[in-house]
Amino acid sequence: MDVIYILLPVALVIVIIIIAIFLWAVRSDQFDDLEGPAHRILMDDDDSERKINKTSPPSDKAPD
Amino acid sequence: MNKSAAPIHCFHCGLPVDKSLNIFVEYQGENKPMCCYGCQAVSQAIIDSGMDEFYRYRTSNPEKPEEIVPEFLQQLKAYDSTSVQKKFVSSTGDENILEVSLILEGITCAACVWLNEKHLNSLDGVISANINYSNHRARVTWDNNKIQLSDILESISRIGYLAHPFDPDEHQRILEKERKQQIRRLGLSGLLGMQIMIFAVAMYTGEWWGIEESFKQSFRWISLALTIPVLLFASSVFFKSAYRDLRNMRVGMDVPVSLGIAIAFSASLLNTVQGSGEVYFDSVAMFTFFLLSARYFELGTRKQTSEATEALLNLKPVIATRLRNYHETASSSIDDQESVAVSELELGDTLLVRPGEVVPADGTIIDGSSGINESLITGESLPVTKSKGDAVIGGSTNTENPLIIQVSKLGEDTVLSSIQRLIDEAQHTKPAIAKLADRIASWFVTVLLSIAAIVAYYWYTVDPSQWLEITIATLVVSCPCALSLATPTAITAASGQLARIGLLPKRAHALETLAHATDFVFDKTGTLTEGRIELEDIILTSGDFDKETALMLAASLEMSSEHPIARAILSAREGELKTVKELTHTTGQGIQGVIDDKHWYIGNADFIQQHCRDAFDDSADTASRIYLANEKQNIAIFVLSDSVRNEARPLIEQLHAENKNTWLMSGDRAENAQSISDQLGIQHCLADLKPEDKLSKVKQLQQQGAIVVMTGDGVNDAPVLAGADLSIAMGKGTQLAAATADMILISNNIEHIYHGYQIAIKTLSIIKQNLGWALLYNVTAIPAAATGYVEPWLAAIGMSLSSLVVVINALRLNRLKY
Repeated sequence: MDVIYILLPVALVIVIIIIAIFLWAVRSDQFDDLEGPAHRILMDDDDSERKINKTSPPSDKAPD
Repeated sequence: MNKSAAPIHCFHCGLPVDKSLNIFVEYQGENKPMCCYGCQAVSQAIIDSGMDEFYRYRTSNPEKPEEIVPEFLQQLKAYDSTSVQKKFVSSTGDENILEVSLILEGITCAACVWLNEKHLNSLDGVISANINYSNHRARVTWDNNKIQLSDILESISRIGYLAHPFDPDEHQRILEKERKQQIRRLGLSGLLGMQIMIFAVAMYTGEWWGIEESFKQSFRWISLALTIPVLLFASSVFFKSAYRDLRNMRVGMDVPVSLGIAIAFSASLLNTVQGSGEVYFDSVAMFTFFLLSARYFELGTRKQTSEATEALLNLKPVIATRLRNYHETASSSIDDQESVAVSELELGDTLLVRPGEVVPADGTIIDGSSGINESLITGESLPVTKSKGDAVIGGSTNTENPLIIQVSKLGEDTVLSSIQRLIDEAQHTKPAIAKLADRIASWFVTVLLSIAAIVAYYWYTVDPSQWLEITIATLVVSCPCALSLATPTAITAASGQLARIGLLPKRAHALETLAHATDFVFDKTGTLTEGRIELEDIILTSGDFDKETALMLAASLEMSSEHPIARAILSAREGELKTVKELTHTTGQGIQGVIDDKHWYIGNADFIQQHCRDAFDDSADTASRIYLANEKQNIAIFVLSDSVRNEARPLIEQLHAENKNTWLMSGDRAENAQSISDQLGIQHCLADLKPEDKLSKVKQLQQQGAIVVMTGDGVNDAPVLAGADLSIAMGKGTQLAAATADMILISNNIEHIYHGYQIAIKTLSIIKQNLGWALLYNVTAIPAAATGYVEPWLAAIGMSLSSLVVVINALRLNRLKY
């Protein structure tokens, strides 16, 4: 059970790292907009896909 | 194309399309129908710039865009001047790289955010554009050498949205800073709390299964090390506010909270150093975490409300158009114009106020005549005709013709500022209802300290070796966990409910006060009524025409007018209009013109009598009736009224069922107020009141012991809103009203005031149950601890369970449905 004396400091170091990351996240405005990223990920960065769509003729998607 | 009988909807905004209009936009090889040229322009702009994906992503239709008129673009240009920009544009090191915050109007779904961001970032010269989804605000950085701010604003309007630069006010900046600080504290206490809990669980299970004393002792020290940062950075808020309370000779909930935390920590510290006994570090951290999260949610609600309202107050850094070298006498040119910030105006300046613009300062008309809407000050919804020599009030709206005014009062001296002063005074003298929890807190602290003293004294005389240990155990067990969570949890749960019905609390006391209310006071225009004039009836006075034709003729004549009556008639007419020749406006009187080679007149009774051969008499002649006539005789009477909101009646009935007194206080004429009051069955009706009269009337009620809830929307209501025990501002009302109110009715559905009242009652009863439960727990636990019967692990479980009961009880609020 002496291994616990190694594990305790390790646990402490990990906590310190986690807290440092957390404080950095707060400082760099990561918590400012809690809704946006969830939507953004669905829309952004599919430029390449769009280009493919443009070259192929538009499919008969049902208009709304 | 589909030409069936089913109504066609606009591809862009989703409104029905008039089939006679044949405008389309090509989208992915298909012609999509458009309802108006505004939509067409916007849609075309979106598709042309390669952002047609918007139509695939969107989950709701955007708002119908307003058509871009040259005056609008002209006004945007004013944003380029450095004197105007000074207030809200910041430079980021390089003087040509500028940054601005914008409020975007018209955002309806996530796709709108995407579209705007994409569009802004594609502009040459825009360095970065970020839009916050939750508050619809954008931060834009641009290179002033390549693009001007007005170009950015214009390009946003091209795709159908409206952007206003804004300067977040001091209050919001503080809230934002506080929110960040709270997230830090919350995260710190949560993360460390979990870590401490790991050791605590090991120690508790150790009680059962056995644990080596050396391990236990190292766990104690590590827990202590982890608790110190929580105490210093997170719990310190409670200590500070408890200190502030004590210095002001009062006891709030933070006093027992601090006491609990301090005692639990010192007891644990003592035991750690001694190397024996129990430690309560986990309780310290988790208790802090729970309380902080309740506070975080409360702040979140407040921040949301203030963002929705207060920022609008300084939405527009109001811009005035100053005329240089203008002389009254000569047929002076008004071409020499400049746009200046209102803050830079000087007495005696000559200003041009275009139709639709807000008068920037108090002044006198030196040329022109027009209808001025002063509902801001008087509550009267119809414009007042003013001409040369008349005084105009800053903040009122010019509705018809361009006016040239000379500034006579600025800043502190204006009518608006005097109302602001009235508001400040009223807020100062507002009666405060002590919060239930705070009253209990002071009682609790007194009782607790007396018990601790008795226990200490008793054990000291009976068994001096045990007195300290038992006294500490008593104090730890009495930790006001459940007590201090009783109110915040209930309020947090209620906030969710209130958000659902669109009644947002701005100040913390709002719910408790609403639950105690005895008198409900309402303003008339814009609160009980829609605040918008509508055509109620058409009375035909000649057999030659039907209603349809009369309306068509009237609408054709009124086509180009901005007057609210004209708008009402136009919006009642669906379908084509005739072309009018020789159109002439007579301000405050009426309009004449030639339709199909015949002269037509529309206007008030005097105007008709001047032009009409046959005399006519309308006994019911009031401001809300206008007449249509040809050269020979009067054809039709249009009866207009500000219609009562549908929800007003059920609201009043439900309030009466709860035995509440209802009041109507209006600045409008007595007969108008009385008729609304009669329609709704309101008990007391007071009319012809100035803002200060309303305030003194409410104060009088308060002196008689009434707890007054005031609902209003105008600037003229602002002082009384500030003075009432609880004030509710309509979401669509003026920003000044919203800024002084305690709650904002975003949904504009006034029946929700009653639902809000029900939620408040329910919340208060849950708070009472919670407090009752918490006290019951303490009353049973303290004697047990005082006699030395409570094992430490039992105390820990008891504390957690009692808090859990409080939280679960508060969640019952979510079951209310509206």
